[in-house]
Amino acid sequence: MYSNMKITINGNIKEFKHESMTADELVDELKLTGKRFAIERNGEIMPKSLFKQFTINDGDSLEIVGAVGGG
Amino acid sequence: MAVDKFEMNKDELIIAGKPFKSRLLVGTGKYRDFKETRSAIDQSGSQIVTVAIRRTNIGQNENEQSLIDFLPTNEFTYLPNTAGCYSADDAIRTLHLARELLDGHNLVKLEVLGDPKTLYPNVVETLKAATVLIKDGFDVMVYTSDDPIIAKQLEDIGCCAIMPLASLIGSGMGILNPWNLEILIDTLSVPVIVDAGVGTASDAAIAMELGCDGVLMNTAIATAKDPIMMASAMKKAVEAGREAFLAGRMAKKLYSGSPSSPVSGLIK
Repeated sequence: MYSNMKITINGNIKEFKHESMTADELVDELKLTGKRFAIERNGEIMPKSLFKQFTINDGDSLEIVGAVGGG
Repeated sequence: MAVDKFEMNKDELIIAGKPFKSRLLVGTGKYRDFKETRSAIDQSGSQIVTVAIRRTNIGQNENEQSLIDFLPTNEFTYLPNTAGCYSADDAIRTLHLARELLDGHNLVKLEVLGDPKTLYPNVVETLKAATVLIKDGFDVMVYTSDDPIIAKQLEDIGCCAIMPLASLIGSGMGILNPWNLEILIDTLSVPVIVDAGVGTASDAAIAMELGCDGVLMNTAIATAKDPIMMASAMKKAVEAGREAFLAGRMAKKLYSGSPSSPVSGLIK
């Protein structure tokens, strides 16, 4: 029996039907596969090369950023 | 020094060891859409484009296009900036994310602002951030005031380009203190690139005639009535100013008594 996990993404709380998941699985859930972005988890950057190993847990806070127009 | 056409083609801006033909660097903000962004940048001939780092939209249209789709990273040198950062810590954090986002790309534009109303840089926080970023392996092009002492300190700690304001960000007020810019150009060894304040083509030409190594702008192009034509104007202005600088201007005098036409052989 899974309990839902709540994580904060870019300031908004999101619920997922897992107890935990890898960064890779999260990227897939958020439909970000193939896009250019970077993720910080609880203030620490998660290198893309380690997405398969990194686990996202209930209560984690993520910042997911991309490049936008700017001067 | 005579500069013929062949030598002009070899005139390059070297930043952190990398040569660039274009001395015009452009921002990618404030355009109507990505298509206009791309067209304007093509017209500008710029090879270096600044981008901001912001939260990604989550749960939006999967096929929504992004800036990078229009400006591929293999065609342009990206210069992620820290616009909107008011502390050294925020700027450092932003650029570490940028490096991860851009697969290890080290060339960055550091700007730490001091005040949201004027967007004047906070040079104390800028120095702090630059010190840490250089230690962390970044090539730091730094936005700063036109204070020659701060500019020298930023060079001494290892910044690869010093980018003084000509006037405040987004103001379009042009080159307000050419004398300070001249001091910077005289006292620094790394490229000096005017960043901020350029309003129209003559401003860019003046910066280059002073001996600046390049000009970075966004608003002057993006908010022109016709951004694509203004991008073309800026390209020419930067090139014209550069050539005029290399050519060496005539001496100024209030009057010369020396007309261009012969004084002899006049009909009587």
